[in-house]
Amino acid sequence: MSASGLRSGHHPPPVVTGLGVVAPTGIGVRRHWESVLAGKSGLGRITRFDPSRYPVQVAGEIPGFDAGRLVPGRLVPQTDRFTHVALIAAEAALDDARAEPRSLPEYEMAVVTASSSGGTEFGQHEMERLYQKGSSWVSAYQSIAWFYAATTGQVSIRHGMRGPCGVLCCEQAGGLEALAQSRRLLNSGSRLVLSGGTDASLCPYGLVAQMATGNLSTEDDPARAYKPFDVAASGQVPGEGGAFLVVESAASARERGVGHYGTLLGHAAGFDPPPGSGRPPVLASVIRQALANAEVGPEEVDVVFADASGVPAHDLAEARAITEVFGPGGVPVTAPKTLTGRLYAGGAALDTVTALLALTSGVVPHTAGLERQAPGCDLALVRDRPRRTDPRVAVVLARGHGGFTSALVAGRGDRTDIGQ
Amino acid sequence: MAKFTVDDFTRILRTGAGVDQQTNLDDERAADTSLVDLGYDSLAVLELTSRIEREYDIAIPDGDLAHTLTPREAATYVASRIAEVQV
Repeated sequence: MSASGLRSGHHPPPVVTGLGVVAPTGIGVRRHWESVLAGKSGLGRITRFDPSRYPVQVAGEIPGFDAGRLVPGRLVPQTDRFTHVALIAAEAALDDARAEPRSLPEYEMAVVTASSSGGTEFGQHEMERLYQKGSSWVSAYQSIAWFYAATTGQVSIRHGMRGPCGVLCCEQAGGLEALAQSRRLLNSGSRLVLSGGTDASLCPYGLVAQMATGNLSTEDDPARAYKPFDVAASGQVPGEGGAFLVVESAASARERGVGHYGTLLGHAAGFDPPPGSGRPPVLASVIRQALANAEVGPEEVDVVFADASGVPAHDLAEARAITEVFGPGGVPVTAPKTLTGRLYAGGAALDTVTALLALTSGVVPHTAGLERQAPGCDLALVRDRPRRTDPRVAVVLARGHGGFTSALVAGRGDRTDIGQ
Repeated sequence: MAKFTVDDFTRILRTGAGVDQQTNLDDERAADTSLVDLGYDSLAVLELTSRIEREYDIAIPDGDLAHTLTPREAATYVASRIAEVQV
């Protein structure tokens, strides 16, 4: 039994048959991947509200996301933006997988998502009404829009997927944990899981809640605000959006006659010891356990998608863990999330999508915007331009505030088209 | 007679709970179709009730408006509540 609670070898690894992206890099898998390869940043001065009175001015916003046009009319006033975003990404992932939920057994399809903030923007609006006008002005939908599982529930209802559903709240590691839970479900009777994560709390309430961590960058130049592993690293930049993935048993994908972007080979999770304990962070041991769970050696890993915090102390700890497992400069490391900012529950889901696209395309995307590596971060960072290195195995790392730590190992699939 | 029509009800339903392609509230049959059959649940009725209470400054006891009612029945009920207040 591994740390992830899964026996390896009992089941063939699940496969990812569909992807859906709604992120600062664009709406749609193809647009996202084009932005990543072009190093086109989605960071800019916050426009969703006037940020002038706040120390944090830069964020990653989804370009051209019009809920009124994209989201089913009834769900617009009933749900938060993080659910709006998820509904679009989920539908896109199902389409991409050519999965027609109505034609599949409803109790064998599950929905597992990650959420970090819940319906923050919706909640802020209703709190303003409560304080300014009184309790009778608070929307009845506040009761279902704010909470973490709102997205899972709405996606499940919309597509008639009535198997085991749930939500993982693991801060910025949630995206990987949702995929790990999907794998558990596929090993215990489900055939198809719609998984992923979104967050969209670019509102004053969401921003000040994140500022309390002390990790957000106060640099107001979008080109300089989020530079992980760099001498100019100044903290994290928040972003909105995320990604959905259709995760399926290999047998189900075969039966439906569809190709896949890759296999989920292994996973492990851990939690850092409390500050002041003197014990090291768990990341190195989590990476080793994930590799063991995947039955993959460190020398077989072709690329690591780093968590890339942007907070210098976090970057140093991550670089040390990667170096400890893979050796100095022993594996190419990249972090395309510099283009989106940190999407919280959506971040690791999107990183996994990007990793699968890298495996499918044979191209390792670069980390845009870096200048000079910080001392102590002895990593083989992929900079300046993508590399066609034909990667076969990728590791995705995610760390969340307070100590959440996750690692996922993915292998290349057999699908050659992207998001068509 | 108090001024509260099916159109008022539909207007508040539209802004409070939204509509989508499956529901045509402009169809003349909609006024005589139960809210639940139009796709609105008890939460939608709760939201609707509180919006009507605020706009018309009346109190609607819990349970008086149910999703089993049709828009026409609900509008008739609301009109009678408004009339009671005005007496």
